Amino acid sequence: MQRTDNRLNGPSGDVAPEVMRRPRHPAQSGDRESLAMRDAGAQRLAHGLAWFSISLGLAQIVAPRLISRLVGGNGQYANLIRFYGFRELASGLMIFGQGHRPAAAVWSRVAGDAVDIATLAAAGASPRMKKGGVAWATAGVLGVTALDVYCARELSRERAGQNGIRMSRSVVVNRPPHELYAFWRTFENFPRFMYHVQSVRTTGPGVTHWVVNGPAGTTVEWDARITCDTPNERISWQTLEGADIESSGSVRFEPRPGNRGTIVRVDLEYRPPGGKAGKLAAMLFNESPEQQIYDDLHRFKQIVETGEIVRSDGSPEGIGDVRQRPGQPSGERAGAYGGTAASSAAPAD
Amino acid sequence: MKATCWHGKHDMRVEDVPDPVIMNQRDAIVRITSTAICGSDLHLYNGFIPTMKKGDIMGHEFMGEVVDVGPDVKNLKVGDRVVVPFAIACGNCLACEAKMYSLCENSNPNAWLAEKLMGHSPAGAFGYSHMLGGFAGGQAEYARVPFADFGALKVPAGMPDEQALFLSDVFPTGYMAAEMCDIAPGDTIAVWGCGPVGQFAIASAKMLGAERIIAIDRFADRLAMATTKAGATDTINYEDRDVFDALKELTGGVGPDACIDAVGMEAHAAHPALFAYDRFKQALMLESDRPIALREAIMACRNGGIVSVIGVYGGFIDKFPMGSFMNRSLTMKTGQCHVQRYMKPLLSRIESGEIDPSFIITHRMRLDEAAEGYRMFAKKQDDCLKVVLTP
Repeated sequence: MQRTDNRLNGPSGDVAPEVMRRPRHPAQSGDRESLAMRDAGAQRLAHGLAWFSISLGLAQIVAPRLISRLVGGNGQYANLIRFYGFRELASGLMIFGQGHRPAAAVWSRVAGDAVDIATLAAAGASPRMKKGGVAWATAGVLGVTALDVYCARELSRERAGQNGIRMSRSVVVNRPPHELYAFWRTFENFPRFMYHVQSVRTTGPGVTHWVVNGPAGTTVEWDARITCDTPNERISWQTLEGADIESSGSVRFEPRPGNRGTIVRVDLEYRPPGGKAGKLAAMLFNESPEQQIYDDLHRFKQIVETGEIVRSDGSPEGIGDVRQRPGQPSGERAGAYGGTAASSAAPAD
Repeated sequence: MKATCWHGKHDMRVEDVPDPVIMNQRDAIVRITSTAICGSDLHLYNGFIPTMKKGDIMGHEFMGEVVDVGPDVKNLKVGDRVVVPFAIACGNCLACEAKMYSLCENSNPNAWLAEKLMGHSPAGAFGYSHMLGGFAGGQAEYARVPFADFGALKVPAGMPDEQALFLSDVFPTGYMAAEMCDIAPGDTIAVWGCGPVGQFAIASAKMLGAERIIAIDRFADRLAMATTKAGATDTINYEDRDVFDALKELTGGVGPDACIDAVGMEAHAAHPALFAYDRFKQALMLESDRPIALREAIMACRNGGIVSVIGVYGGFIDKFPMGSFMNRSLTMKTGQCHVQRYMKPLLSRIESGEIDPSFIITHRMRLDEAAEGYRMFAKKQDDCLKVVLTP
């Protein structure tokens, strides 16, 4: 079915966004900053190694005989060297192709280094090679290997700040803040535009019980309490102690100047506690959580502005339907309005 | 029902598919009485628009009779005759309030796909790829019309289909192209491309008071229609004459006050080498569109003039003459037509007899023959300009 998500729970009480970016515990904050710096350093190193790979690879491809002489040979093994050149070039390009954390690509360099060392060792045994050249070349490769291993390990380390997933998204809705606030404050409305939320029930003053679809037909439940409720401006919430997924969130309604609707901003933060539930949470969020909030916010906009979630033959569930059937009637009545989880019931108001 | 389905480049098939049903409360189901093949359908036919899926029903110019309505459609009833705008619009969002209906913020469920390619998404449209919503089109026996309460326009009894049909797209589209030229008395307007949109741009430029309208194409039949039916005062066949020189000569050297590009992404050039340059880059995906007409329009336009781009572009172009555009204070206006804005006023012009849009029709075929219609239109066989299909 649709992608899972839980948006609603999460984020950060009722702190302003600038403040939100600061970690909650000062003790952690130093850690996080230094981790981020290490990340950036590893990335720079990876890019340096990539350029080195590309230059060496090109040299090996263009002038294999010269390389052969540099490592103590006599111009022999040109084809092998050229072949290794393509390998170098490929891992260099892979590092750039892999984005922010090219860990796999850098590990592939480590594997390449091992091949190089083995080749040099074999060459060293050959009477046709000058031992001195081979020794220098081997020393050089060992040095680069050390850098590669360091870089790959740094990149493979847990991502900085990984134990707190934070995200924010916004949408502009052509209605005044008080209407949007009223719709949002009626938590029972959530399943209409949050496809992963099965139900939200108010169980006490400011306390709600959530049932959310998890992966593979499972459900996750938790209780949340409202931590801040400023009519027509903001609602914040946080899960209660003992929830499977610890999270907090807020939604803010900012009127746009000139009577141009309202910006609805959602900020969410999740802190999977680890263990089984943490894994589950990670699974829930693996698939671009920001995209899920985007989908939910746009469904919210559609319901409030037009009274329904717009469906097409290609996307019968509306926004966020990733299946994309052909653009022709499916012949099913199911999936027609009213028939799905996110019912397109009457417009909000 | 029978429907014209896309199966790949140059592969259209009329097939049996399930009948549409009401999926949203503001839907209507229309039994189609007339539908047309649009020049922009040829971009799909020629495989230049991404995110098409095998089985997609084509067609965004259609009209017919309402046979079912959703519970929230209060202004239409079963039996009403309606013409349906190609762009789907809710009428409630900020874009719709600003009458920018082809930018409706709610009608494209696949907006995220369009955002990847274009930054922000335009409105959804019938039968025009999944990037624009994955809506089934109207070259079929029936179609589901979302937001029917806002978009569908009732056609007066007694007005033949062939007069009303083009309110769905090409007439308003040509009109908007002319309107974007801010025509003042005495103006000279040059129109690249004399397909249906170009013909209506010429006719509309005349209605809006242009003094001189220069039609540019390479097909004698289209140029003839431009002068005899649409109202062009001059023609340039770009295979015979250099367009830039001819326009300078016709305007005493200053160039046209406004230039309309009614060609778009699959332009041709007089010189085989010029065409080959862009076609080659297009084939290699180095650019997605061939902006040959657009470049000419920019270079030819008078200083301080307007370039009105109504021909469809899909992605990226190359060698955009930005220097000419900037240094000569040109203005470019463009957009998919905001059809709903123009339907009623243009319907009155048809009713008053000021224009009869059916002049563009060259071929009438049965829906069964849609594949043949596409082929003829694409190859411009038998002077084919506009094919109308009846189920």
